[in-house]
Amino acid sequence: MSAEQSPKIVIVDESPIRAAILEEGLREAGFTQIVHIREMQSLLARIYAVDPDIILIDLENPSRDVLEAMFQVSRAVKRPIAMFVDQSDSSSIQASVEAGVSAYIVDGLRKERIKPILDLCVSRFNAFAKLQEELERTKSQLEDRKIIERAKGILMKVKGLTEDEAYVLLRSTAMREKKKIGEIAQSIITASEMLK
Amino acid sequence: MTAPLRIGFIPLVDAAALIVAVDKGFAAAEGLEVELVREVSWSNVRDKLNIGLFDAAHLLAPVAIASSLGLGHVKVPIAAPFNLGINGNAITVSPALHAALMEEIDGDRFDPLATAKALARVVAKRRKAGADPLTFGMTFPFSTHNYQLRFWMAAAGVDPDEDVRLVVLPPPYMVDSLANGHVDAFCVGAPWNSIAVDLGIGHILHFVSDILARAAEKVLAVRQVWADKNPDVVASLVRAAVKAAEFIEHPENRTEAAQILAQPERIGVDAEVIQRTLTGRLKISPDGTFRESGSYLLVGREEAGRPDPVQAAWLYAQMVRWGQTTLTPDGVKTAMAVFRPDLYDAALGQRPPAEAPAPFGAFAGPAFDPANIRGHLEAFEVGRWKA
Repeated sequence: MSAEQSPKIVIVDESPIRAAILEEGLREAGFTQIVHIREMQSLLARIYAVDPDIILIDLENPSRDVLEAMFQVSRAVKRPIAMFVDQSDSSSIQASVEAGVSAYIVDGLRKERIKPILDLCVSRFNAFAKLQEELERTKSQLEDRKIIERAKGILMKVKGLTEDEAYVLLRSTAMREKKKIGEIAQSIITASEMLK
Repeated sequence: MTAPLRIGFIPLVDAAALIVAVDKGFAAAEGLEVELVREVSWSNVRDKLNIGLFDAAHLLAPVAIASSLGLGHVKVPIAAPFNLGINGNAITVSPALHAALMEEIDGDRFDPLATAKALARVVAKRRKAGADPLTFGMTFPFSTHNYQLRFWMAAAGVDPDEDVRLVVLPPPYMVDSLANGHVDAFCVGAPWNSIAVDLGIGHILHFVSDILARAAEKVLAVRQVWADKNPDVVASLVRAAVKAAEFIEHPENRTEAAQILAQPERIGVDAEVIQRTLTGRLKISPDGTFRESGSYLLVGREEAGRPDPVQAAWLYAQMVRWGQTTLTPDGVKTAMAVFRPDLYDAALGQRPPAEAPAPFGAFAGPAFDPANIRGHLEAFEVGRWKA
C-alpha cells in the first residue's frame, strides 16, 4: 500500500470459509485492517463500534436491509455512509451482484481505492462458488460410489456374479437405458428393499 | 421460444397474486414462462431488478418510488402496472408493552388515536424513570411499515426520531427480536404477526387498516424502459395477476391458495396461518382472542389491483415528511408516474373506471390532496421536513 493508511474493512458474512477466503485475498493485496462480523444481532451497533471505511456483505444475508438503514440515520454514525457505485459504475455493480456480494463505502474514500477491493471481492466470491460446486460434485460422486458398491453386492448375491461381472451388468444396463450408472444402482437397491 | 421471465419475490403473503399466477397456471395460460426467485432482502430485489437480473419483482411500493427518484440508491425509473396488495400489515407489541399500553389507554382499544396517546404516556413515564427508549422494528427505510408506524405514533405527539428508536429488521428476524427483547414492537406484513402471537410472545395491537383504511402496500414492479420495450409481456403479466387475484379472493379457493403459498420454496409457513391473513380473521392475543376485518389484506377485491397514483403521491409525502427527500413539483410527478393504471387498463382492454378509487381514510389529519402536499404536511405537528 502507499503511504496512505490501509482502510478499515468490515466483512459481514455468515459463512466463515468464504469470509476467510476473502480476508486472505485482501491481506495479500496489502489491506491490514479487516474485521469479520458473523453474528447478526445488533449488527449496526457492532459496525459503529468498528467504525469502518468499507463494509462488504454477502447477498444471501437478510441483514443487508439493516445496512441500508444506515444512510437514513446518518446522524447516528460519525461519518455518513453512501452506497457504493454511483450511476457511472453500473458494470461493477452488476459484476458484484452476480457474484453475490455488495459493498458499502464511507463517503470521502477515493474511488480509485475502492475499485481494486471490489474486483477482489468479485473474484474471491466467484472462486468460493466454484469451490462449493466442486465440493458438491465430489460429494455426489462419493455418494454414487457407495450406491454402486451396494448394488454390486446385491447383484453378486442374487445372481451369483463376480464383482467385475456385476459392474459390467450395471454399466451396460445404464448405457442401454441411457441413464447414469448411479441411477441404475439406486433402482436396484430400491427394488431389493421392496422385495425383502 | 424466449427465455423464461425471472421474477423476484420476498416470502410474504402479499406476493400471493404473483405466486398463484405462476403456480396455478394463470401465467402459462397467458403464454408466459416464469421462474420465481425467492429473495432474502429488499435491497437484493431492488438491485436485481435495477440491473436486469430480474425482469419483474414483488416490491415495496415506496422502494419502487425511491428507485424512480434515485433516493438511497442508483436512480432507475420503475413502472408498476399492478398493485399486489392493499393493507396487510399489522403492529405487534410485546406482552410487556401491551400491558403498559392497556394500563394507560383511555378509550377504545382498537382506536389508533387512543393507543397512540397511551403510547405517548408510556414514553413519557419511561423517560422520567430513566429507562431506555422503546424500540420499534420495521422492514426498510423506504417501507410502508416505517411510514405507518410513524404516522400512527406522531398523531399523539410521539416523535419517531426523538422519543423512540426505529430499527430496520429483516422480516424473518422480527419474531426472534421481539422474543429476546431486542425490540418492543414491530410493524410487518403477514405471516410474521400471527407467528409472534402463536408463539405467545406478541399481541397484535393494530391492523394497519385501523390507521389507514386503504394503503398501497406491494406492487408488481418492472423497469420503465423494459415496460416500454415489452408492452405485450407487461399486459400478459397483468392479466395473469388479475386472474390469480380473482382466484384468491373467491372464498371457496382460499384453502387451495393458502396451500400453494405455503410450499417450502414459496412462503414456507403453515397454510393455516396464511389462510388467516387471506380471510382477515386473525388471532391477536396468545389467549386465543380473534379479530376479524373485511379489509385486512385486499389482493384483488375492491379494485385493489389497479394502481392508484394518488397512493404514490401519499407515499412520496411521507418521504418528505420524514426528511428522506425535499418536496418538489417534479418529485410528486415522478412518484405518481410510477403507478400505471393506464397499463392496467390497457391489459384488460377497459376504460378507466368512472368512480375514483376509495380514499386513504387516515385516522388523523386532513384528507390527502396530491396537488397540495405542502398544505397537507403543514397540518401535522411532528415531522422532519423543511418548508
